[in-house]
Amino acid sequence: MILEQTKEMAAFHRLLQDFVANEVKPFAQEIDEEERFPLAAAKKMGEIGLYGIPFPKEYGGAGGTTEMYALAVSEIAKACATTSVVLSAHVSLCEAPIFEFGTKEQKEKYLPKLITGEWLGAFGLTEPNAGTDASGQQTMAYLDGEEYVLNGSKIFITNAGYADVYIIFAMTDKSQGVKGISAFIVEATTPGFSVGKKEKKMGIRGSSTCELIFENCRIPKANLLGAEGKGFGIAMKTLDGGRIGIGAQALGIAQGALEETIRYVKERKQFNRSIASFQNTQFQLADMNTKVEAARLLVEQAARAKDLKSKNLAYYAASAKLYAAEVAMEVTTKAVQLHGGYGFTREYPVERMMRDAKITEIYEGTSEVQRMVISGTILK
Amino acid sequence: MKNIIVCVKQVPDTTEIRLDPVKGTLIREGVPSIMNPDDKAGLEAALRLKDQLGSTITVITMGPPQADEVLKEALAMGADRAILLTDMKFAGADTLATATALSGAVRKLDYDLVITGRQAIDGDTAQVGPEMAEFLDLPQISYTAGIVAQKDGSFLVDRKVEDRIYRLKVRTPFLVTVLAEGYQPRYMHVAKLLEAYREPKIEKWTAADLDVDPANLGLKGSPTKVNESYSKALKSEGKVYELDPAEAAKLIAEKLHEKYVL
Repeated sequence: MILEQTKEMAAFHRLLQDFVANEVKPFAQEIDEEERFPLAAAKKMGEIGLYGIPFPKEYGGAGGTTEMYALAVSEIAKACATTSVVLSAHVSLCEAPIFEFGTKEQKEKYLPKLITGEWLGAFGLTEPNAGTDASGQQTMAYLDGEEYVLNGSKIFITNAGYADVYIIFAMTDKSQGVKGISAFIVEATTPGFSVGKKEKKMGIRGSSTCELIFENCRIPKANLLGAEGKGFGIAMKTLDGGRIGIGAQALGIAQGALEETIRYVKERKQFNRSIASFQNTQFQLADMNTKVEAARLLVEQAARAKDLKSKNLAYYAASAKLYAAEVAMEVTTKAVQLHGGYGFTREYPVERMMRDAKITEIYEGTSEVQRMVISGTILK
Repeated sequence: MKNIIVCVKQVPDTTEIRLDPVKGTLIREGVPSIMNPDDKAGLEAALRLKDQLGSTITVITMGPPQADEVLKEALAMGADRAILLTDMKFAGADTLATATALSGAVRKLDYDLVITGRQAIDGDTAQVGPEMAEFLDLPQISYTAGIVAQKDGSFLVDRKVEDRIYRLKVRTPFLVTVLAEGYQPRYMHVAKLLEAYREPKIEKWTAADLDVDPANLGLKGSPTKVNESYSKALKSEGKVYELDPAEAAKLIAEKLHEKYVL
């Protein structure tokens, strides 16, 4: 249950609810069944300004807060986790690093078109041999005159194939280890860049997850993001912000499953009474609901930490993502159980929500990585 | 088409109103207020003309101070200017006094087109727009479902009635009352929404700011007197039989027997 909101937040929330009811929810099932990228919703999110929420007006943004951005992600995820990750990857993983680490020229070139949705963004860090250990980058980049030449590949890249702009990490000096990693802004039209195999996934099936291939892909020097050798720090700070988005997504999935279940248990009758009248149902729902509320507070706290430029953002974001993701998995699993046999069928959305929830424990840092970040902070 | 004025009304969302089962009255408490759907469609009509012709849109509402919420929504959708007519002297206005006040505000502004919704979901009178057209001496087209600019500066306006559409040609200035079904309103834009809430630019006008005789405003200027209001008794759905007269007569007799009338 949402606490009383300011008039501004309430109006923003109404806009989101309206948008989700008309443009997201009606298509959630079919984009999952057909593994279809939600292209129409992706365009419309740009048209109504969702891609510009936390960025200043000078780049076409709304000058809003991370808390508003998190509310947008979770409200969309309530109905469709696939659509919410399009938003989260675009904003947190592409726009945010350009805004935070880009030059004035880079911001002016990329942000306005990303904010309107004319361009879609993505982020490429993970490689076949560099997952949780992101320091093991094998994609290489060397400077040749006024251009960097990239060679290598990335896997599991969200928005791949639909994105126009990618933030890509590559080794510019292997002898330096993580200090030899640099970040680049790569446009999809660059010769030598191509999109490879599309993954067949368990959940968020409408989201496009593909391999990226770089074969002598020449990037103008001006597209180096941050200084050479600063890529690993940029990746980690970007993921701190991204985890707020994924925490919000997990929260939304959990809340969506809870709302579906509340509706269902009131309608479903067994032993001549609604199953909502059984104490087992009531207590399960009370526990699920309490965990969702707690997850919301953690996500809101992490969002505020970002707005306040907290030096402990990594800790707050990791806590929010860890907890919200585990709550999403637990609540969606219980939602399927409370739906009984119907919950296992694709007639009801809870089985999709359960499949979608799993990825929130894995991407943008597994739950184990979040535990490393949290314990690393509190044991310091 | 340089200037468009759109009149909007804040109404209770009647889809969320429930009846008190004992008293039979409307439970208004906790019912959200919304922009009247026909008015919102009217604003969308104005915004489409703005997209095409670069017009400036001024939105006007008459109501208590909290009616500024619908003006903020209008600004968030893309209106340029918003005026709230708010004064105790406006209270208790019927459609005539409302149209008097709104026309008094419109007279103070430049306009080529005045748009109102066809009718409000809380009153369903459909009188304010046409009354304004009379006060302002403007040609009026009610039940509008489409407005298309012509090369010669005129406009083709579709008036949609039950079984047909009249396509009417009109020159500015004119007034239309718009149907919700004619225009799917756009969403608010996040950046404009925050601007509307953070940099309030709603102008507040009182009775003194209007070009109107104060005697014609509010309760004093309202000839409509509500005699009695009561809930409609709900009748169950009837059933239609298509039978020969002889069989029909037999059926009627049977039904009357069932009810112990015969």
